[in-house]
Amino acid sequence: MKNSRRTFIKLAGIAAAGLAVAPRKVLASGGQEPVKVNATAVHAKHWAMVVDTTKLHTAEAIDKLAAVCHHIHNVPKIEGKKEVKWLWHDTYAHSFPEQENPHLAEEVHERVFPLLCNHCENPPCVRVCPTKATFQRPDGIVAMDYHRCIGCRYCMAGCPYGSRSFNWGEPRLNLDLANLNPEFPTRMRGVVEKCNFCVERLAVGKMPACVEASEGAMHFGDLKDPDSEVRKVLREKFTIRRKPSAGTEPSVYYII
Amino acid sequence: MLELALKGSKRYYGWIAFLLVLIGIGSTALVDQWMHGLKITGMSRDVSWGFYISQFTYLVGLAASGVMIVLPNYFHSYKTNKHMVIFGEFMAIAACIMCLLFIVVDIGQPTRMMNMIFHPTPNSILFWDMIVLNGYLFLNLLVGWTCLQADRQHLPHPQWLKPFIYISIIWAFSIHTVTAFLYQGLPGRHYWLTAILAARFLASAFCSGPAILLLVMMVTEKLTSFKMAKNAVKTLVKIIAYAMCVNMFFFALEIFTSFYSNIPGHMHPILYLFEHGSTGLVTLMWTFIAFAAISITLLVTPRFRNNYKLLPWTLGILIVATWIDKGLGLLIGGFNPTPFETITPYWPTLKELMVSMMVYSVGALIVTVLFKIATDVKQEVGHSQALACGCSTEDVCECTTEEEAPAEA
Ligand code: SF4
Ligand code: SF4
Ligand code: SF4
Repeated sequence: MKNSRRTFIKLAGIAAAGLAVAPRKVLASGGQEPVKVNATAVHAKHWAMVVDTTKLHTAEAIDKLAAVCHHIHNVPKIEGKKEVKWLWHDTYAHSFPEQENPHLAEEVHERVFPLLCNHCENPPCVRVCPTKATFQRPDGIVAMDYHRCIGCRYCMAGCPYGSRSFNWGEPRLNLDLANLNPEFPTRMRGVVEKCNFCVERLAVGKMPACVEASEGAMHFGDLKDPDSEVRKVLREKFTIRRKPSAGTEPSVYYII
Repeated sequence: MLELALKGSKRYYGWIAFLLVLIGIGSTALVDQWMHGLKITGMSRDVSWGFYISQFTYLVGLAASGVMIVLPNYFHSYKTNKHMVIFGEFMAIAACIMCLLFIVVDIGQPTRMMNMIFHPTPNSILFWDMIVLNGYLFLNLLVGWTCLQADRQHLPHPQWLKPFIYISIIWAFSIHTVTAFLYQGLPGRHYWLTAILAARFLASAFCSGPAILLLVMMVTEKLTSFKMAKNAVKTLVKIIAYAMCVNMFFFALEIFTSFYSNIPGHMHPILYLFEHGSTGLVTLMWTFIAFAAISITLLVTPRFRNNYKLLPWTLGILIVATWIDKGLGLLIGGFNPTPFETITPYWPTLKELMVSMMVYSVGALIVTVLFKIATDVKQEVGHSQALACGCSTEDVCECTTEEEAPAEA
């Protein structure tokens, strides 16, 4: 278990992205041997995403991104209420239940919105997890160690955004085994999973897959860097976040 | 003392065999769950906790309720209760074990359970719940067993035990408070996000727990020579009555806060449970209200409260009411509406119920064995034994003549 965990951590680039930010923290959580940082890795003080819903607002377009994400992360396809999903679409009313009004601009009301884990600055899922299987990296990403999760699903009760899925059964039964992404592990049954902001891609200098595939409708960058692309769009456009009242400070912003 | 559990009547063995059969049947569903995962349950992405966790929550109340007998005895020197204390403690042991079992059957990777200990996480309430539950189990085993052993040898209860007893009394409150915190601190779950939840938990525990205990004790009386002191029963019934009134008062506070404030998030779960849910659920929730009203009426009216023919029914109705409220409604109302303001109905599957039956049977088995030991010891030493007239040796019995009356008070 120890070994596979280490391989996973290497793969996910946890050490890679984190070392630059807080070397000691990473050494403490990533095992005894320091892992070499990938020279091309991208770093940030706090990763954040801005979704331009004026450009990306149809179910088809979002589903296409979801397909990319789910394929590269080997997310099982399950129909019904036991489904597993990292990125999906939903209506305005479901995405922003507290910010609805009966006379909302029709055009906005008809849009659908891409939903994913918000990588909250103040994540309740991390607060409630009894094993630290869900943890926050120094760069703000809320990551999961699938090998430590005991499947208590407390984090699912804790997340106010319904961003987490549980593997109720064996996930590999619902995967196209001939078409797996060999570079990302599959999960075992009985653990929780969710969007990981593509840490494994950041570690090798790539942007998240959905951002890359969105053709400019999604921005990704360092929230703490005033010159970053996300800060630039946040300055220029009106944005909202999901359920501000929950106090979790989501790192995913929506341009309306 | 364990040898006492081995000598018993045919009926005793028959009952144990019956429980073992139930455990056997239930374990087939558990094996199925181990083979195929939790997909055999009715839980879903939106309702991620189900029957197992709600039973756990209800039983924590049963474990905590033992304190309602222990506390008057030690804090108020109310000695009428003293021969009942052991049963409260033994019931708590069984309840704690059932709680732990319900957690074990609920988690997706039971083999990794020890991760909670290898990676202690004080910011997680589940971590503290594990600590308080195991601690309470240990305290009750220690106190219950030591006291019973001392009784058997006609010795006073050892002095060194005192601190443990006082700790266990405070600890009992903590186990239910911590379990309430498990729910109460979650953003976005409006039905749970209320400061009064822990108080509601305690109130409902202190009526339902003693009610269950009293029913089990009545059965024990039927099957053994043990007899509860009349005043002990009276006190316990009064405690149940007060706790149930407080319980429903707290519930009314919730209703007022939600509806007078008119905040949608707080009204939705209640409206769902009592109005918009599936017919079955809505019927159950209204049954809860009706049964609560009936049980309160019966409990606060002295004529009905002191009618021992009626009492088992009153207690039964109260148990059903509190179980629907806390063992079902609390959980379903917490998850519905979902974070998307949608509804994902939850209903336990047959397999889920079978596994739960198994856990309950294990609990019943533990209760049977422990109560058998306790009643045998009481018989040996002549405590709380039934007199021919139906009184207990603990009562000041006016039915018998002076010389027959027991010397011990
Ligand atoms: S969206 Fe949910 S799962 Fe993601 S970080 Fe926030 S609380 Fe955790
Ligand atoms: S299910 Fe796993 S990740 Fe979620 S709280 Fe439990 S141990 Fe942590
Ligand atoms: S950031 Fe990566 S993991 Fe998250 S939804 Fe986009 S593609 Fe999927």
